Parts: sequence; structure tokens; C-alpha cells
Amino acid sequence: MSNSSKNLKKIQDSLVWRYRAEKAFRWCGIVAVTLGLLAVLALFLDIIFKGKGAFSATYMQLEVTYDQELLEIDNFADQKQLIVADWGALYKSALRAEFPDVRKRADKRKLYALVSNGAGYDLRERLLANPRLLGQSESVWLLADDDIDTYFKGWLDGDPYTARLVDNQVEWLQQLITTQRMELRFNANFFNRGDSREPEQAGIRGAMIGSMLTLVLTLILSFPIGIAAAIYLEEFAPKNRWTEFIEVNINNLAAVPSIIFGLLGLAIFINFFHIPRSIPVIGGLVLAVMTLPTIIITSRAAITSVPPSIREAALGMGASRNQMVLHHVLPLALPGMLTGAIIGMARALGETAPLLMIGMVAFIADIPGGFTDPATVLPVQIFLWADSPERAFIEKTSAAIMVLLSFLILMNISAVWLRKRLERRW
Amino acid sequence: MNTTATLGTDNMAMAAVKKPTEGTDVSPFELAAEHATVGSFEVENAKMSIKNVNVYYGDKQAIFDVSVDIGKNEVIAMIGPSGCGKSTFLRALNRMNDTVDGCRVEGDIRMDGQDLYSPKLDVVELRARVGMVFQKPNPFPKSIYDNVAYGPKIHGLADTRVDLDEIVERSLRRASLWDEVKDRLYQAGTGLSGGQQQRLCIARAIAVSPEVILMDEPCSALDPIATARIEELIEELSQNFTIAIVTHSMQQAARVSQRTAYFHLGQLIEVNPTEQVFTMPEHALTESYITGRFG
Repeated sequence: MSNSSKNLKKIQDSLVWRYRAEKAFRWCGIVAVTLGLLAVLALFLDIIFKGKGAFSATYMQLEVTYDQELLEIDNFADQKQLIVADWGALYKSALRAEFPDVRKRADKRKLYALVSNGAGYDLRERLLANPRLLGQSESVWLLADDDIDTYFKGWLDGDPYTARLVDNQVEWLQQLITTQRMELRFNANFFNRGDSREPEQAGIRGAMIGSMLTLVLTLILSFPIGIAAAIYLEEFAPKNRWTEFIEVNINNLAAVPSIIFGLLGLAIFINFFHIPRSIPVIGGLVLAVMTLPTIIITSRAAITSVPPSIREAALGMGASRNQMVLHHVLPLALPGMLTGAIIGMARALGETAPLLMIGMVAFIADIPGGFTDPATVLPVQIFLWADSPERAFIEKTSAAIMVLLSFLILMNISAVWLRKRLERRW
Repeated sequence: MNTTATLGTDNMAMAAVKKPTEGTDVSPFELAAEHATVGSFEVENAKMSIKNVNVYYGDKQAIFDVSVDIGKNEVIAMIGPSGCGKSTFLRALNRMNDTVDGCRVEGDIRMDGQDLYSPKLDVVELRARVGMVFQKPNPFPKSIYDNVAYGPKIHGLADTRVDLDEIVERSLRRASLWDEVKDRLYQAGTGLSGGQQQRLCIARAIAVSPEVILMDEPCSALDPIATARIEELIEELSQNFTIAIVTHSMQQAARVSQRTAYFHLGQLIEVNPTEQVFTMPEHALTESYITGRFG
């Protein structure tokens, strides 16, 4: 055999091995991706399955009489009377009328527990919206208590949960169900109300508004500062020990656990500057400090990716450094910067730990009306609900996770869209 | 080849350089310690006058004691093997080297008697007077119109939109690009072919009516037809502008320039009228280079 045909044989032999190795590598990749997708799918299915119940709530239909004596109102124009009136008495009397056999005090208490204790306020709203109802009666769908809600949803699935109900209550409920006076309705409260100790009245709106206010502040603070810092470091700063030192420390900051930023906020913003706790201002400040390194790093990467030929062209035309940056580098780097900012914001939206340190973990039932109202944020709300003992909070927790995840997905999609939209080719 | 040079160790090379016309055994890979540029490096009526210029990148010296004049409305070509410092030298003329970290220029560079490296001189103004065309076409990722209008806009050369339109049209005509792009002035400049992009860059450079145009291998990324068009253009432009062109192609230097400067390892070896350089070079290194012995 000649030398060259020997070589050819060797090459052909090695080819078999090379192709086999390539195939194996490809399969490894496919397996890894599949596993990842399966994990995500499992997570999403679990959350959706557990949380879907929170988007509907059980209501029961009762005949309510707006009895003036019961309410102890003699003058409808008197605000004071409207406030102190016993609104709960309305649904209680309606329940008594529905189940006249219930006599014992303890049984009555169990009976009243069928309806959410917030139902009285709903009735007040109805009456105030339509004062002519006073003295009249109407049939109203009232929000059921969370235990009843859990029972009814379970009953619909063929597996009612009765551990927290007494036999009487189940009987009453069955009576209502057979007369078709119990039904699931869309749970608008979940999107319209703040937090509550009563699961059926708890809503996500307070946390959503709190998150929004906090994030707006975070963006306003960290985006301009981050971009300015990135531009200065990349385009204007002299390359010396100082800038190297700063660069290393920015990279370090990006890797600092977020709870440390919370402690920093506690020590500096609260203890030293005496900014009140639990308000979006302090949350925004802390998250801005936390997001800043990420924004600076991504913005610098975006600036470096602008080809040097464009800079040379601008300088060669007699543009000043400032003009070069503003006219040429910035427009080309902006999509990357925006993407970085949105990803940083998405991280800030999901951040819990630093906020625990600055009091945003408090129970806040009111929906914040501004940057200085006490507030909490979505991930902290999830944490609070997950920590609550009531069974009905399980589905609330999962539903809140869904809301948070959809915001995160929305932000990431908009980052991709923005990049595609603004990207210019050269 | 790189610009690091072994200084003053080889007496053979030194001796050879001292007898420029005879030495055919000159080593082209080592730097002569004592050296003087031969030929007509000084001219009357100089637009730019460069005296004893040294350029350093950090500790490395890239240009050694270069002195040459660039005459008014002449085309001077700079040739030499890769890494010989011709681009570095060119970029010293409009202080583009300022943007390179650690780059230092020593010596005296004057345009119309004005010291270009004096602290009083404004670089922005200088670059408006000395335009530059780069090796790779680098139009801005903007429309053709905006590319050409950019210089006049930042320097405030046009008072009205009509003026600006006029400057853009004139510049594109002078760069012989007008007929090809007049119907798509507002489309991206980056969508043009390579040769058109380079002519767009030339139009952009001449839109601010510079006195000198520096061209750094303007045709090295182009095909022969596009190259021919650019060369034609250079010839036309030389009626109004002073042009210094760095080129890798000796034929190109022969075609477009009146004088040719030969650089070698950071030294300026010879400057002479182009015809003489290519027919009767004074220096042995020049001869070796143009006859293809190295490079």
C-alpha cells in the first residue's frame, strides 16, 4: 500500500469517530434543552393548575331587605350614621330568613360564617349607589366566605373539602346548591382590591400598584445614571488605575447578593436620611442601586459593540467627542441599552430580599395612591400569602405568581421587540 | 513584519545604506541606525511641512525621524511594506492618532505654517480642514443625504436647507456618485455597493471643503472596476485638493500620484517624483521593494 492511500485510510477511519462524536454532542444538546423545557412546563402547569381557582369566587344568592330599623339609620344624609350603621346585620337577617330553623346562638354564628364578613360593605355600596332601595328588598349575589369557596370549588370537581366546616353548614350549603343559588363568578376583587386577612377579599391590586410605583422610580433613577456612567467610562474616562478600579467594583456590585442592598438601604436611606419605611420611594432607591451595575455593564457592552470605524468616521469629519457619542454611538447602542435596562427592571420586579429589609413586607390593605404611601410589591405579596395559614391563600399565591410571571414575560418580550425594532445594521 | 526594530547593531546594514545606489545586499528586515531620507523631500510652495517626526505607541517607536513636505494641490503617494508606518504617519497629519491610547507624536507638523500639535490648535477645526477617507468604507448607518450633510451640519456651513441641498448635490457630483444615487438620497448609505460606499465617504469628506484629503488605502477593499473609478476621481479632485494617499499597490501609486514616498520599518527612505521612483530609484531598498524582492 502506498503512503498516500494509507493516509486516506486513516482519515476515513477517523471520520467515523468524528461523526459519531458530533452526533453524540448533538443529542446531549437536545436532551439538555428538552429537560429544561420540561422543567419549565411542569412549573407552569403546576402554578396554573393551583392558581386558576383564584380567578373565580363563590357567590350565593340571598334575598336582602334594606331595613331602616335594622341599620339604625333615620337620616340618610347623615354620613356619621352611614359609617356606624350595622351593615353586616343586612346579610345576617337575610340568612336568618333563608334558614328560619336555626335558633341556637352557636348555630347562628356558623350560619353567618357562610358569607364573607365584607359582604356588609358591598351592600352599603349598593345602597349608596341607589338610595331608593332603602326599605325595599332585592335578591343579591353575596360573596361567600373563603372556606365555603374552597368547599364549593371542591364540590364542583367532585371532591369537596369539608374539614373546616361543621355538618350543619354543609347541609345549608347543599340546600343552596340544589336551589341553584350558589355559583362561581369571575373574581374581580382579586384585581381590584388590596391585601386582606380574609382570603376571599384579598386582591393583588395594592401589590401591583406598589410594584409599578417602585419600578417607575427605579427606572427613572437607574436608567439615566447607568447610561451616563457607561458612556463616561467607555468614551471619556482616561484608562488608568482609577477607572480600572471603578470597573472592577461595578462588576463586583453586580454580583453582590441583593439582601445586602436591602441592608444598605436600611442603614443609609432609613437610618441616616430618615426616609420613611415601607414606601415606594425607599423601595425604588434600593432597587435602583441594585439595578445600576447591571445597566452599566449592559450599556457598556452595547457601546463597545458599536464598530470603531463609525467613531473614526465621525472624528475624521471633525465631530467633537460629544457629537460623536450623541450622533453616532448612542443611537447605535440604544437598543442594547434598552434591552439591558428592561432585563434589569425585570430582575428588580422579581426582587424580594432587599425589600424585606426596608419594611416593604408589612401587611398593607390600602392601595397606595402615591410614592409616599405605604406599599408592598408583587413578590413580597407572594411571600406573604405563601406564609399565611388559610388554605384559600394557596390559590391566591399561585395566581399572584402568574400575575408576576406574566409581567416578567411581557417585559422580556418587549425587550426583544425593542431590540428588533430599533436595531440598525451597518 | 512588525515595527519593532533592532537598533544600531548591524554595521553591514549601515554601510549598505550609506551607499544607496550600489547596495543590493541590503537586509530589508533590519533597521538602519543612521539614516537620511534621499530624494526631493522638500518642495517649494508646501501645503504641509513635516519635520523630524517620531511617533510612538507606548514604548514602541513606529515612525523614525520623518521629514517631508506635501505640496499644494499635489497627490503624494506613500508606499511600503505592511507595518512600515505609512498609515500611522498619515494619521499623524490630522491628529487621528490622538484617539489611540498611548500614542505619542514628536516633531513638527505644520500646515500653512501653523503648528498642528500646538496646544492652541483646535483638533475639531483641524479635521474640518484635513479630511480623511478610510481603508474600509465606513458610511454612517444613516441615509445617503445625511451622510454627506453631516459635516456641513456640525460645522454650520449651510444656513438654509437649500444651501445644504446644494452642498450635498455638489459633493456627490464631485465624487461622481450623484447620477447613481440621486433617486434614492434618503435610503441608507450602507445599502450601497462597496465602491459606491467609498465614493460616498469621499463625498462626505469633500462636503466640508477641506484643504487636504488623507486617504488610507481607499481601494484595498474594492474590486478593480471600483478601484479604477476611485483613481479617476482622485485625479479630478487633485485639481482642487491636496491629497496624501497611502496605498499598497505600486501600480496605483504610479497611476495617481505626482510624488511617491517610500517608507520602510518606520523610516522614510526616499521621496521622489513618481516616475523616477519607479524607473530609477535612488535608494537600494526602494529598488528592492519596487522590483518585488520583498514586501
